[in-house]
Amino acid sequence: MKKLMTGNEAFAYGAYLSGVRVGAAYPGTPSTEIMDNFSRYPGVFAEWSPNEKVALDVAIGSAYAGTRALACMKHVGLNVAADSLFYAVYTGLKGGLVIVCADDPGMHSSQNEQDNRNYARFAKLPMLEPSDSEEAKQYVGIALEMSEMFDTPVLVRTVTRLSHSSTPVEMSDEGPPQPPEEPSFYERNPQKFVMVPANARHRHPVIEEKILKLGKYSDQTPINRIEPGDDNIGIIAAGATYQYAREVFPNATFLKLGMVYPLPDELIREFASRVKTVVIIEELDPFFEEHIRLMGIEVKGKDVFPLIGEFSPALIRKCCVDAGLIEASVAPEAAAASSAAAAALPIRPPILCPGCGHRGLFTVLREAGVLVLGDIGCYTLGYAPPLSAMHTTGCMGASIGVAHGIAKAGVKDQIVSVLGDSTFFHSGIHPLINVLYNESDVTTIITDNSVTAMTGHQQHPGTGITLQGKTTKKTDIETLVRSIGYDKLDVVDPYDMDKLADVLQDHLKSGKPSVIIAKRACVLHTKERKTPPVIDTEECTNCGTCLDLGCSPLVQEEDYVTIDPINCNGCGLCVQVCPAEAIKQEA
Amino acid sequence: MKKIDFLMAGVGGQGTILASNILAEVGLELGYDVKKAEVHGMAQRGGTVESHVRWGEKVYAPMAELGDVDYLIGFEMLEAGRWPAWLRKDAVVVVNRYRIPPPTVNLGKAKYPKEEEIDSLLKNAASKVLWVNGTDAAKEVGNPATIGVVLLGALSTLLGGDENVWLSVVERMVPPKFLEMNKNAFYAGRKLA
Ligand SMILES: Cc1ncc(C[n+]2csc(CCOP(=O)(O)OP(=O)(O)O)c2C)c(N)n1
Repeated sequence: MKKLMTGNEAFAYGAYLSGVRVGAAYPGTPSTEIMDNFSRYPGVFAEWSPNEKVALDVAIGSAYAGTRALACMKHVGLNVAADSLFYAVYTGLKGGLVIVCADDPGMHSSQNEQDNRNYARFAKLPMLEPSDSEEAKQYVGIALEMSEMFDTPVLVRTVTRLSHSSTPVEMSDEGPPQPPEEPSFYERNPQKFVMVPANARHRHPVIEEKILKLGKYSDQTPINRIEPGDDNIGIIAAGATYQYAREVFPNATFLKLGMVYPLPDELIREFASRVKTVVIIEELDPFFEEHIRLMGIEVKGKDVFPLIGEFSPALIRKCCVDAGLIEASVAPEAAAASSAAAAALPIRPPILCPGCGHRGLFTVLREAGVLVLGDIGCYTLGYAPPLSAMHTTGCMGASIGVAHGIAKAGVKDQIVSVLGDSTFFHSGIHPLINVLYNESDVTTIITDNSVTAMTGHQQHPGTGITLQGKTTKKTDIETLVRSIGYDKLDVVDPYDMDKLADVLQDHLKSGKPSVIIAKRACVLHTKERKTPPVIDTEECTNCGTCLDLGCSPLVQEEDYVTIDPINCNGCGLCVQVCPAEAIKQEA
Repeated sequence: MKKIDFLMAGVGGQGTILASNILAEVGLELGYDVKKAEVHGMAQRGGTVESHVRWGEKVYAPMAELGDVDYLIGFEMLEAGRWPAWLRKDAVVVVNRYRIPPPTVNLGKAKYPKEEEIDSLLKNAASKVLWVNGTDAAKEVGNPATIGVVLLGALSTLLGGDENVWLSVVERMVPPKFLEMNKNAFYAGRKLA
């Protein structure tokens, strides 16, 4: 029987079927739903770790103990976990370890567009890349076998389109293998697992030899294969891009790569000698292209296709038409004309939801005119007009360190750093300690909406609930911050904008390092809703103050503003800001 | 088996994802190879969302190509207007007559296009453009959130064939306590086309 599954659902299903019993991840679009789905299978342990490095260490530990393990993260998550990735390659493991990491070409929801295939070469471990959900399911199993056969972690790469597209998956009649009845003894082998220089030096040649052996394996494995067709154009492609390319070249000869590192050199030579023109279609970096050019093979690649952005069948077709590889099918002028007309329509960037507590905070920060060093989460949307109250965002956890650095550099502005609760647990604690230790007067605002909202409402250490729904010890942010030495701390509801503004001024004037916890649960998560206020259109002076909240239910009509009750959450922020008192809310 | 590409366009939070899931499952029930693509993440926060559903004998890519979409289902007027270049000459468009002004409009930096402007953009590209008061119909059956199922109802009329295939999928995919309302939404939508 076949079932439609997203790539992420299929990764989870494949892991379950292959006997993975421990999974650890930190959420990150487009990878989040892998662990979410995995956690619901019977007999498995799955957790949201505070960050990706912890997640990978947890998975490595389980694999050391002989249990098959899975770690998942988005592409930038692997930057956070990179230190652990590198040592795990050196030590190897006992049970299979698969790391699924999700790239985001086109940056649908990311701060950069890095191509994580480079990590495979950099850290010296194999990488597989499925092209649809069925392969996503299968490749997790193949990766685990490879991991155990070669004593190495294995990376499985996905991209947004694979993770979030649904394609049919063959359902298995058999469940996963039975877990062992007795707990096994941990095999103590310090020469292999303690990476002091003396031991690590012995491990490095082992890794280099392994990569050579994996190259041979890459030549043999059926997931790398020549798909015969018309030999005039021979296409090399992998992953989601393979499917786009197939759409444009249904009849060409393909070298379909399922294992993208190490590459199958012999197979590539055989393919190149068979086809007239080799065309490499790969998103982002010229990862295949550089390797294959170094082999002395002439190819078309980044001279035809862009280095930047997400591919699609439409884009590949256009590039190939421009390069004279195929004939145009849609009249280009017609398409261009209607695209231009549509491009003139107003854009619709994402904004804070109606009822979001972050809106109150950023309204206060804008009015205060402070310099805001930001971080990553829903609250990053506070940068966008009309709130316009965030001035830097780099990566998770950067806000406090950047604020401290700016303070040390000496600027006239009053500065605050802003980060979310999940971001605080991810990587906010160390820089917060640093502000005390190295003495700056940074005020840090933790926007505590009691959930990891941006990625779809995951639990974290501050919620007291685990991924698998268990009630657990809750780490209270206020207690934690006081315990590291902050004595200036206030907890304020960001719906109460007057109070928040007063507290902010008090903190800024104090000249002390301080913390404000802006605490208001995410309304999208709690589904809390009050009766929408109504605007008295007679009293409305059309001054636009309420529109500066950037709240979508507030609609500008010809001579006044109205509230769309379908979208409105009833939070009442607009009632607070209206200078004409024209917005009325039932008590 | 002729391929059919659908594109659903709307605003985050309008329920395009559930609707495209249902549409994909209907395709499977009818014996097609099916693929579906959408982007979550930032888009959920009130941004533009697009969802591609492709039915065919054999489908490779999960997203359709420019100039090759057979049916466009616009959950919101402005969002429907973005896709003319993606439509086939013989494409059919269903647009929900419902406005969610984007922030740029509310800040006075841009103008929300008039219904006639969107209509002519789409009419220039497609063979048929059907405007429906879907959100009103959804409110009438009890919840504006059923707009997706209302629009699927309209689409099912346009596609023809057995409505029970659709209803059985809706039954499978909607929580039991909302089933009655969603069935009503589907029937209300069928009457709009
Ligand atoms: C290293 C890294 N991991 C994961 C992400 C994805 N990500 C972006 S924001 C975010 C969570 C933000 O949660 P929180 O700090 O609680 O803010 P909220 O969205 O709830 O306002 C995550 C996981 C990322 N950008 N970088």
